[in-house]
Amino acid sequence: MHKTASPGTVSFFGTCLADAAFPGAGMAAIRILEHLGLDVVYPLEQGCCGQPAYNSGFPGEARKVALRQIEAFAGQSGPIVVPSGSCAGMLKLHYPKLFEGHPRYFEVLAFSGRVFEFFDFIGRELGACFEDRGPSVTVAWHSSCHAMRETGSTQAAKAILRGLANVELKEITREYECCGFGGTFSVKRPEVSAAMVRDKVADIAATGASMVLSADCGCLLNITGAAAKMGQSFTGMHLAEFLWGRIHA
Amino acid sequence: MHNDPHFDFTASLEKALADPQLGENFKNAMTGLRGKRLAIFPDADELAKLRATGKAVKARALSKLPELLVRLEANCVKNGIRVHWAQTGEEANAMILDILRAHGATRLVKGKSMASEETGLNHYLEKHDVEALETDLGEFIIQLDGETPSHIIVPAVHKNKKQVAETFHRHLPGAPYTEDVQELNAMARKTLREKFRTAHAGLSGVNFAVAETGTLVLVENEGNGRMCTHVPPVHIALMGIDKVVENLSDLPPLLRLLTGSATGQLMTTYLNCITSPRREGEKDGPKEVHLVLLDNGRTRLFADPQLSAGLRCIRCGACMNNCPVYVRVGGHAYGSVYPGPIGSVLTPQFEGIDAKGDLAGASSLCGACEEVCPVLIPLAEHLRRIRAEGQGCPDTCHVRGCGSKRTLAETLAWKAWAFLESNPWLRERLLRLAGLLGDRIPAVGPLKAWTSARTTPKLAPKSLRQLVREEGIRHE
Ligand code: SF4
Repeated sequence: MHKTASPGTVSFFGTCLADAAFPGAGMAAIRILEHLGLDVVYPLEQGCCGQPAYNSGFPGEARKVALRQIEAFAGQSGPIVVPSGSCAGMLKLHYPKLFEGHPRYFEVLAFSGRVFEFFDFIGRELGACFEDRGPSVTVAWHSSCHAMRETGSTQAAKAILRGLANVELKEITREYECCGFGGTFSVKRPEVSAAMVRDKVADIAATGASMVLSADCGCLLNITGAAAKMGQSFTGMHLAEFLWGRIHA
Repeated sequence: MHNDPHFDFTASLEKALADPQLGENFKNAMTGLRGKRLAIFPDADELAKLRATGKAVKARALSKLPELLVRLEANCVKNGIRVHWAQTGEEANAMILDILRAHGATRLVKGKSMASEETGLNHYLEKHDVEALETDLGEFIIQLDGETPSHIIVPAVHKNKKQVAETFHRHLPGAPYTEDVQELNAMARKTLREKFRTAHAGLSGVNFAVAETGTLVLVENEGNGRMCTHVPPVHIALMGIDKVVENLSDLPPLLRLLTGSATGQLMTTYLNCITSPRREGEKDGPKEVHLVLLDNGRTRLFADPQLSAGLRCIRCGACMNNCPVYVRVGGHAYGSVYPGPIGSVLTPQFEGIDAKGDLAGASSLCGACEEVCPVLIPLAEHLRRIRAEGQGCPDTCHVRGCGSKRTLAETLAWKAWAFLESNPWLRERLLRLAGLLGDRIPAVGPLKAWTSARTTPKLAPKSLRQLVREEGIRHE
C-alpha cells in the first residue's frame, strides 16, 4: 500500500441504509480509512441524510433531518466521508439548495464543503492504491446515478477496482442507466421500477460475473433483491467491503 | 387536447409495460438516438461551452420576453406578416378557423407543430368541416390511425415497419401491403404531393422567431414544412411565446444544439427562414402569412422565478431519449402532449397539479435528463418542486392545484420519519425491534410494492452503530 498524504482525522457518515442493512460495508470503509493512516470518528447522533423526504416533496421534513446531521458533525472539522454517491450528493450538492435563504445557510455551506464520497476521497484525495491478496474473481460494476452524475466519483471507484491484480472487471451494457431504485421511487412507482431493475439484473447476468459491486447500498438492495427473486446466482457487495476483503485477507 | 380528468397514470403505465413490442420499439429507437447524440458532440469541453451559450441565449430572451414579443410583432408587421395573440388554445383555434373561413379554405396541410397538439387543433377543425392533414411522415402515419404523437421529434416512434405497413394498407386507397421502406415512403409521398398541390392553406410550427428581424425559423428534415409554408396561398404559423429569441446571431448555437441533441445531426436538412409573404415580382410563396402567438399558460410559468427555466426548452426531445422511464413506457403512457421529463414538469403546470401532478413521480431522479438537456434546464430540481407543490409545501405553493396530492397518511408518515431520524436512539431501538421480528413483518404498504419484484430486504442483526461501539471506533 502507498499513500501520498495523511490528513489526520476524518468523520464518517455511515448512511441510514448501511446502518440498518449493510453494516459490513460501513465497517469495511472505516477499516480502510484506518488502514490508510486516518483517525476515524463516527458521530452517534447521525441518521439519514434526508433525501427520501426531499425527493418526495417534503422539503420541510428534509430540512429538519438535515439540520440534525449538520449538528451531529459540528463537533469536528475536517473531511466527512460518505460510502454512498447518492447520500454524498445530497449532503454536498442538495443541502445548499435546500437551505437557500435560510438563516443557517452559511453553516450548511460549511458542512457541505467538508463532504466527500468515499472512493473519491481515498482515490482522488489520498491517491491510495492497494495490494490485492485475494483469489481470482470476475466482477461486474454498477454505478449509482448520483455517483455518476452528482459526485462524479465513479471513475475513482473503478480505478481502484482496476488496480486490483486478481480481479477481472466486466463492463455491463447500459451502465449509464438507473437501476430503478430512486429511493421512494421504487415503492411509489413499483411497475416502472420493477421493469428497470429487471433489465439491470439481466445486463449484469449477461456479463457472467459472479458478483456485482457498487458503492451505493440502495442500488445493491434493489439489484440483489430483484436478482434473488429472478433466480439469478450472482451476489452483490459494496465495493468497500469487497476491497477490505482483498487487502485484509 | 388530452385533457382527460379521469387520467389514471398507474393504469396507463401498467398497460404500456404489458406491451413487449412497444417496449422494444422504444428501447431500440431511443438507444439509437442516444448514440447519435453522443457521436455528434465528441468534445466535452466544447459541448459544455455550447450548452452554456444556449442557456444564456434563451435565458436572455426570456428575461426580456414582453419586450421581445412586442418587437417581434412590430417587425413581422413591417414585413407584411399578420400577427395574432391567443391567450388560450381555444382562442388560437378560433383565430385559425377565422383566417381559414375568410379565404373559404376547407383543406389545410400541416407541418409538424406541437403547439397545435397543445390546442387540439385538428379535432377542432374537423368539427368545423376543415380537413387538416398532417404532412410530416410520422404525423401522417399516426393521423391515419387516429393517434397522437408519442415523441415530440419522432411522433410515430412507437410503431415499427410492420405496423406502418399495416396502417398504409388499411387506410390508403389501393395501397398494397409492403414492408419495403422505399415503397412505403413513395406511397406517402404520392398521397401528400396531391394534397400539397390542392390545399387552400398551410400551417406550421415555429422553432425560433427572431425579434430583431421578424423572421420565423423552421427546422425540418423532409421538405414537407417548406411545402406547407410555400405552396398554398395562405400560411399560418402557430408558436408558443417562449420561442422568441432576440437576434439573428442567436441562432447558430441554438440550431447546432437542437439538431445535435434531437437526432444527432450536425445540421438540419431544411432550414426555413420566413420573413414575409410573397413580394412583388416573386414567383412563389404564400400571398398571406399569419403568425399566431400562443400563451396557453406560459405567462404563468414566466412569472415563477424557478420554474420559468422550463421555458428555455427548445423541444429537442433529448431528455426523453435518455430517460429510463420514458424509454420503457413510451410517450402515450404520459397521457399528455409533452411526455418524458420536460412533459412531467410542464404538463402539471399547464393542466394543474390535481389533473397531472402524478407525472412528476415518473422519475427516479437519476439525472439522465439533466445530463443531456442542451439548455441546462435543471429538470430533476423542477420535478422535485412539482412534487413539493403537490404536497402543498408552504414555501413553494404557486402552481395551480397546489396541495392536491396531499394525503393525511403520507404527511403523517413523513412527520414520523423526521421525528425518528432526529432521534437516533429511538431509531436504533426500533430497528432492533424490527430485526427481532425478522420475516414476520407483514408485507403491506411500501414493503408490498417493494416485494412485487424483489425479495424482502433483511435487516442486519447488528446495526453499524452497534458495531462502531463494539469495535471501539471513536464515536461521540
Ligand atoms: S427539456 Fe431540454 S432536453 Fe428536454 S426537450 Fe427541452 S431542451 Fe430538449
